[in-house]
Amino acid sequence: MALVEFRKEGFYVPAADVFIDPWRRVKTAIVTHGHSDHSRWGMSQYICSTLSEPIIRHRLGKINLTSYDYGKEWKIKGVKFTLFPAGHIVGSAQVRIEHKGEIWVISGDYKVEDDGISGTFEPVKCHTFVSECTFGLPVYTWLEQEDVFRDINQWWAANRENKVTSILTGYSLGKAQRLLAGLNPEIGPIYTHGAIETMTEIIRSLDVPLPPTKYITDDIDKKAMEGSLVLAPPSATGSSWMKRFGQVSIAAASGWMQVRGTRRRRSVDRGFVLSDHADWQGLNQAIKATGAERVYVTHGYTHVFSKWLSSQGYDAGIVETEFGEEEHPDKKTTEGS
Amino acid sequence: MRRFAALVQALDETTKTNAKVSALTRYFQEAPDADKLWTIALLSHRRPRRTIKTSLMREWAAELADIPLWLFEESYHIVGDLAEAIALVLPKPQQNSDQPLSFWIDLIMSWRSKDDISKKEEIISAWSQLGHRERFVFNKIITGGFRLGVSQKLMTRALARSIDGDEAVLAHRLMGNWTPDSITFHQLVLEENPQDQLSRPYPFHLAYAVETPPEELGDPSAWQAERKWDGIRGQLIKREDNIYVWSRGEELITDRFPEFQFLLSNLPNGTVVDGEILPYKDNQPMGFQDLQTRIGRKNVTKKILETTPVVLVAYDLLEKEGMDIRHHPISLRRQWLEDIVAKANSAHLLLSEIVAFSDWKTLATEREQSRTYRSEGIMLKRLDSAYQVGRKKGGWWKWKIDPLVIDAVMIYAQQGHGRRANLFTDYTFAVWRGDDLVPFAKAYSGLTDKEFQEITTFVRKNTLDRFGPVRSVKPHLVFEIAFEGIRHSKRHKSGIALRFPRMSRWRKDKHPKEANALDDLMAMLALYGD
Ligand SMILES: [Zn+2]
Ligand SMILES: [Zn+2]
Repeated sequence: MALVEFRKEGFYVPAADVFIDPWRRVKTAIVTHGHSDHSRWGMSQYICSTLSEPIIRHRLGKINLTSYDYGKEWKIKGVKFTLFPAGHIVGSAQVRIEHKGEIWVISGDYKVEDDGISGTFEPVKCHTFVSECTFGLPVYTWLEQEDVFRDINQWWAANRENKVTSILTGYSLGKAQRLLAGLNPEIGPIYTHGAIETMTEIIRSLDVPLPPTKYITDDIDKKAMEGSLVLAPPSATGSSWMKRFGQVSIAAASGWMQVRGTRRRRSVDRGFVLSDHADWQGLNQAIKATGAERVYVTHGYTHVFSKWLSSQGYDAGIVETEFGEEEHPDKKTTEGS
Repeated sequence: MRRFAALVQALDETTKTNAKVSALTRYFQEAPDADKLWTIALLSHRRPRRTIKTSLMREWAAELADIPLWLFEESYHIVGDLAEAIALVLPKPQQNSDQPLSFWIDLIMSWRSKDDISKKEEIISAWSQLGHRERFVFNKIITGGFRLGVSQKLMTRALARSIDGDEAVLAHRLMGNWTPDSITFHQLVLEENPQDQLSRPYPFHLAYAVETPPEELGDPSAWQAERKWDGIRGQLIKREDNIYVWSRGEELITDRFPEFQFLLSNLPNGTVVDGEILPYKDNQPMGFQDLQTRIGRKNVTKKILETTPVVLVAYDLLEKEGMDIRHHPISLRRQWLEDIVAKANSAHLLLSEIVAFSDWKTLATEREQSRTYRSEGIMLKRLDSAYQVGRKKGGWWKWKIDPLVIDAVMIYAQQGHGRRANLFTDYTFAVWRGDDLVPFAKAYSGLTDKEFQEITTFVRKNTLDRFGPVRSVKPHLVFEIAFEGIRHSKRHKSGIALRFPRMSRWRKDKHPKEANALDDLMAMLALYGD
């Protein structure tokens, strides 16, 4: 019996009767992070990281949930489980599973670059690594985040000078707070869309320092917003909510903005390449650091990436999942990174 | 190069026409003359000839990026653009050169006389000196296919603003047979050179499709109707005892059509006729396919002249006795045109016939007859309309016939490129022959992004088999396929080939069994086949 099986409900650990990030209703689910395609509704029992708890409770309401700190080992039917930081969003975790000397790690979503608020990705030694590969192509190599934030702040400052309001879009959980942490509040006031404000409040309650924001209510002083920066979820672009602003410049922050065609198709004024997933180098570096011989890939360019891993000497395979391709401009999910 | 790359980015980042024009105007005010000239050339599809094989560029880029060639090819497929894929996989540059655009183009052109070893050394050195954006632009100049969303018209407007000149005069100056290495910016844009004018055509006046029922165009007697032909729109010029033929794509195609030389003695000097080049035999137009076959041939042989002779069906007269008459109403230009065609009395120059009608209903009936004439529909021109520059609304309208349609089942799907990478957008369609589905057409346009997304989800869940990038899917989705023409084809399994097939509707209301049969296509072939 394999330690982890790939079932129609999700990743399954038969020895412990536990699923990880299942997409159908099961008894016990370990959930890597709060994005909606990884933490779904309807499980009898949830397990997640301490930092994920308030996020998941907010999203799923009244649920039966246990949480553990990163690095703290616990057992279910003799199988050992430990969560490690994945660097993807606040609270995101990799799941280490050990039984009878065999070790698997399921990465969830991750990035290796430390963004200052999402924890530092920690490579975990294992025999088998299940890795996401959303951006598993060599064309996806990210610029230093300092450079990206310099561009974003310059764009905002130039707009403010021209009395244009800057609308910056990013998913409400994760991306929005990361953007907030990188914005220079000295340029001007920062306003938020309701969906983002709620999430930001929860993240603030976890002692993550973020600049002050003002929630946009219907009776807000429109004149005062001129030249400000507005954080909004991607779904808000083109909606009637946007009509309240005067002259605007709209930008999107996502890894998909790397490719010109995708950027043009989003018809935003600016596309900033900023992702909460590992880039090509990051994926390769993370996989190497696990020391794993066997690697299964999920999310994104799985076929190309597993072929590449095989050519590098790994025993590589693909797991078909029902996770969304977060951030992807073609997916109309309101959450993701 | 940094200035030009910044221009490219600025044009890329906005969909607003005004913002594009002002970015270009600023560029034309600041850039050195040599760069301006090249920018005009690039924006009017006059890129330098390719001096390096793209297969070598791929190899060298993969080598520099330290990835296997297949992985580069996969990346290229997903990015959809070679220049961009190369720029993205290369390692970060070591320096950032500030050489101007013309310097890099000169380098690219110098490769014409160099061997592959020197080319490799120089291209690698260029890549390592150029920042990411500059690299992309540099590669794009080499590979071609720059699409910046700037029409020749917008470029001309910005240029006119930067020199405080007249847009129409400039539009005329920029046409014709110039190349950036045979002219300076000053000569092209600022000087009037009578010698250059000799071969120069006028910018074409193009029509939009009618947007409302033609009844709303008002009094029928204010309009002239002609048949719309499906050949090559062109201008025939005779000046100082020379004949020149230009296509709408601004290509000088005189040599392709030697039959027009017969007109040398039949037309007066200082004549420019706008018309349609049509393959024509036994007093009727041949199919467009015949013309394509003729254009595809390298040499115009005697045999081709016999099997596929062409004529010019004259629509309009733009220059008479050396005078630009485009501002006169078409009613008057038409009289002059009829006069010129009559005097020429040549089998190679025909008059586009006026379709008589006294009410819109009669014209609608005429339009429905279009296919029997091998025409695409009706052209409507208001009798007082001038010959304008570019695509304009109001004076001229095209009223095309409705396309032919058939309901078909999707059986294969493939991922799109570039803008639509990650979505399954390229489909193969089939119709029934008994209980079998026979593939007969491919199409990849006509649906919204949302529909493509929905179909992509379907394809992922209903894949039966994979053949490389192609997936065979459960025959379940039905689409209405629209097309412009149908003909026999030995190369296709179904025995037919369609012209411009595209998806006109997703028939969610139809069960796959309700799709059409091959017999229905055969019936259309018998009726409308070329
Ligand atoms: Zn995620
Ligand atoms: Zn995910």
